[in-house]
Amino acid sequence: MSTAVKPAAPAPKAAKAAPEAPRPPMTPPPRPTLASHLRALDWGHLGIVAASLGIGVLLWHIVTAINLNFFINFENVPSPAKVFMAFIGHIQTSIFWTHIGVSMRRILISFSIATALGIGIGLMMGRSKIARAFIMPYIEVVRPIPAVAWIPLAILMWPTEESSIIYITFLGALFPIVLNTLHGVQQTPEVLVRAAQSLGASRTAVFTQVVIPAALPSIAAGLAIGMGVSWFSLLAGEIISGQYGIGYFTWDAYSLINYQDIVVGMLVIGFLGTGSTAAVRLMTRPMLAWQKRTR
Amino acid sequence: MLDVLKFKSPTKDTGKGKGRIDVNDVVIRFGKGADTHLAVDKTEVTIEAGEFVCILGPSGCGKSTLLNAIAGYVKPSEGAVTVDGDTVQKPGPDRGMVFQQYSLLPWKTVYENVAFGPKMAGHSRTESGSIANTFLELVGLKKFGDRYPAELSGGMQQRVGIARALANYPSVLLMDEPFGALDAQTRLMMQESLLEIWRKFGTTVVFVTHDVDEAVFLADRVLIMSAAPGRIIEDVRIDLPRPRSTDMASTPEYVKARQFCLDIIKAESRKAFENQNT
Repeated sequence: MSTAVKPAAPAPKAAKAAPEAPRPPMTPPPRPTLASHLRALDWGHLGIVAASLGIGVLLWHIVTAINLNFFINFENVPSPAKVFMAFIGHIQTSIFWTHIGVSMRRILISFSIATALGIGIGLMMGRSKIARAFIMPYIEVVRPIPAVAWIPLAILMWPTEESSIIYITFLGALFPIVLNTLHGVQQTPEVLVRAAQSLGASRTAVFTQVVIPAALPSIAAGLAIGMGVSWFSLLAGEIISGQYGIGYFTWDAYSLINYQDIVVGMLVIGFLGTGSTAAVRLMTRPMLAWQKRTR
Repeated sequence: MLDVLKFKSPTKDTGKGKGRIDVNDVVIRFGKGADTHLAVDKTEVTIEAGEFVCILGPSGCGKSTLLNAIAGYVKPSEGAVTVDGDTVQKPGPDRGMVFQQYSLLPWKTVYENVAFGPKMAGHSRTESGSIANTFLELVGLKKFGDRYPAELSGGMQQRVGIARALANYPSVLLMDEPFGALDAQTRLMMQESLLEIWRKFGTTVVFVTHDVDEAVFLADRVLIMSAAPGRIIEDVRIDLPRPRSTDMASTPEYVKARQFCLDIIKAESRKAFENQNT
């Protein structure tokens, strides 16, 4: 035999002496307490956030103080101090809290319905090709319609103003939840499905034990996006109809040419939207604990 | 020390004589019409109960496809696969599967992964748990039960994969290049420990690999497949004594067996290479 063959490997005794090390040891996380949460906060990061917001408010103050009018006109924009004073004034009135409470209630109802229906429809579409082919055209056509465009029809269709606002808000949250759930189901690694099948899992067991857990990260992302979009839609609904709600408050301030209140309303919406999205993230986090320890 | 009797299923007869595989004139084609691609050409082979058989062949020769047919993921276009006389229709717990890629459920702990099969088989929580612990002990990972798979090294994950497949007391263990992604040293250790597990457990093993050394070291028989379309062109009996250890790699018998397989494989690989170039 003239072909060069690599010599048979000598027995690597050394292999036995080098036991495989597991990845860095992980201690099971202790139960979080307020103190541990405070300690866990990244103060450096928070410092940058605070500095960024501080600079933003400062710039806002400067452009309004000098009445900057260079292409963009700041002459009628209220200063941060004025807005802050207006805000302090409002939080002492009960009507302001009613506006906020009504908006939050609408979000809660719409978002809950959208979550239940959206995940259900998404899972169904992910599981059955027929369901996907049947439902997808509606999603494609209805999804791009902006919430504002729904207002006239919603008012005509639904018995009360309240239900039409909730309907519009619900639609906003629905699509991101459906599409992310569907995406998550479709992303399930085939090898995990096969592994479960060879372990004796039935179709139902594969779905509940493999497909749904695999889709959870994507579902959680869909819920967070859905929450953001539901605020957009809520405001569209509240601006045109209704007597309460933070969107109504903002629109009303515009009608009355009350500049400070417009900005108060805008900022409250911004913070409520951020806060509720963060709440969704916080609530979905326990389901994704395995992912966190993975990284 | 582990009690070998513990590896006998409490409910199933997994004694000697179970796990005979008959591949009867199996042909596997993929695609339809003009795009038909012949993956496995007429293949006829019998694997005896308790045998350790390696299927060796160049990449893309259809050896994994043949294994998938035994597992029940792929339906043969012609012929049939039977295990102990029963025709394979779909994947099932009597044929444990270990994959090349990591296939543990990442959201379940190591312990939950191994207990998954017994649970699906209808064992109670406590029974499933004790089976899981038995098999984690067998692969030396009992301490790591409450970890998530991603916290373990590649070799450890594959050991969990083996424990998980065995926890169903399968009559056949199917392994699709299970050590392909591991580094050379871990791979050697895994091969030795697989033989040790097999000696205790006594199940039939069908092990797919493209590594000649691995095949010769592990197997009672090496089935060498041709380049695509795959069919078994040589059935080599490896008569090296057992238990085997990596020290044997330099004995004349080993070197001879290895060279024999290597020559066939090389001729086949060259053919495959030339086919790709035409």
